[in-house]
Amino acid sequence: MKQLVILSGKGGTGKTSVTSAFAHLSSLGDLASKVVFADADVDASNLELVLSPKNTKSEDFIGGQIALVDADTCTGCGICEEVCRFDAIHEDGAVYLVDPIACDGCAACVYQCPVDAITMHEQNAGKWFRSDSRYGTLFHAALRPAHENSGKLVTLVKQQARLLTLDENYDFVLVDGPPGIGCPVISATSGADLALIVSEPTAAGVHDMHRVLETTAHFDVPALVCINKSDVYPKGTAEIKAFCQAQDIQMVGEIPFDVSVTEAMVQGQPVTDFLPNAPSSQALVKIWDKVIKEMQLDGVQ
Amino acid sequence: MIIAIASGKGGTGKTTIATALAQTLSEREKSISFLDCDVEAPNAHIFLKPNFTEKKDVEMLIPDVDDDLCNGCGRCAEVCQFHAIVVLGGQTLVFPEMCHGCGSCTLVCPENAITEIPQVLGALKGGLTSEGINFAHGLLNVGEPMAVPVITKLKKWDERISAEVVIVDSPPGASCPVVESLHGSDFIILVTEPTPFGLHDLGQAYQLTKEINIPAGVIINRDGVGDKKVGVYCEENDIPVLMRIPLEREIGQGIAQGKTLLEIRPKYKKEFLNLYTKIQELAGDAR
Repeated sequence: MKQLVILSGKGGTGKTSVTSAFAHLSSLGDLASKVVFADADVDASNLELVLSPKNTKSEDFIGGQIALVDADTCTGCGICEEVCRFDAIHEDGAVYLVDPIACDGCAACVYQCPVDAITMHEQNAGKWFRSDSRYGTLFHAALRPAHENSGKLVTLVKQQARLLTLDENYDFVLVDGPPGIGCPVISATSGADLALIVSEPTAAGVHDMHRVLETTAHFDVPALVCINKSDVYPKGTAEIKAFCQAQDIQMVGEIPFDVSVTEAMVQGQPVTDFLPNAPSSQALVKIWDKVIKEMQLDGVQ
Repeated sequence: MIIAIASGKGGTGKTTIATALAQTLSEREKSISFLDCDVEAPNAHIFLKPNFTEKKDVEMLIPDVDDDLCNGCGRCAEVCQFHAIVVLGGQTLVFPEMCHGCGSCTLVCPENAITEIPQVLGALKGGLTSEGINFAHGLLNVGEPMAVPVITKLKKWDERISAEVVIVDSPPGASCPVVESLHGSDFIILVTEPTPFGLHDLGQAYQLTKEINIPAGVIINRDGVGDKKVGVYCEENDIPVLMRIPLEREIGQGIAQGKTLLEIRPKYKKEFLNLYTKIQELAGDAR
């Protein structure tokens, strides 16, 4: 079983549009019904919007725990506020209260309270789903806004996808990654055999592509780069190409700016399925072929 | 007045709006700070081009176990909620990448065998822009998972947060780094694009603003692409639409080159002044 993760550093470069096109293309060739999809952007889970999934399983996600002070037991000594490094405990009249949003769940206050007035409570931080999508099984999730542990939820979604590949003897997990380089990205990247970086030829896109490539290198995951909206600013495209050449990073293609991508999104479909002849679709087919070759999957030409 | 710029979806134009607003207000307000809280992928410096003169490391305290004093009792491992410290065969091991720096293990150790040593997670950089904006951003080190401590330190760096106007450029999403960025703001501008992805993620971000109880309004960027559902959503939920910026190739190309919206289209200055007036009203009403 092999795992491909789609990353970008900067948000909005087209990760989900590329992933959904790959999901569609994977359902056509040798890989058909051997692929599982995982949406690892649990803050902004958009893959479901273009794969028309039907939920077959839905479960609560218990995130971290948070502290709760029992006002009847609290003597108002203030030790909890002193030991809290997350500025989450404050005096409220004669007792102390925990701010559930600021609480990190470390429980330091629980162990320091001299009268055992503080206990930890599990937080329902969202849901995760298994769905039948148009192109295969999709694992996805919805983190409740303002909740912690998106990295933990990403790990859970990926674990479920991996378990299915073991049960069903599938070959391939396709992971739609989150933006950034921090905890959810690290969770999304962990265990990946290959990363595809979707860059865009803008000053910000190039800056963040560097950061995400450093991250994949840090975790020893080989990376390929493609350029989305490559014709918007040719100088930026040339810069990305030169950088990749200098760093010996394989460039697998350019996707031109194409309103068909948005039109397809509005129709709830990947562009390759909605308009196979669109310039972006043709570019995506070529990129997919190169990525699959790089993955070196058994029995796939 | 602290104005935060957020979005559920990435790449909708947060930094475009934040930098244009900061440039507009730099001409009329006495003191203005800009805090780029997207410490994983900070971009505002590319546009505002500050002259960085200050740098400060962001550290977290990580436990260090003195093997001579440790008797392997395992109390530290018991209290650690993050499995960052474990006792194996009488040996106490620390996993710094799991540690949240809460200090609980140090407090409970009966042998006082644990001391805390600072570990660098990232850095803060600050300096003035040519317009006199007091600019600062955070940079999470590559491979470090925890963005929140860097954001917390950035927001507390010297007196930047007490400027007359503070512009906070938030990371995308709707989880902990965003909450930390938005915490304490007087008003939140949610930037979105009129597409199904933009709408879905705007919903997440708007729920977050309600959860933390801060008034918010929406700017629709790249207006004209996609569909009309974002406008309908705002109307149905009674969310003020503060501005619409049409999709124009020239704006996209200018931003690609690192130009701000005001440099590409100076006429927007007037709109941003109006925006500020509107925000003052809306934030005032909420108080």
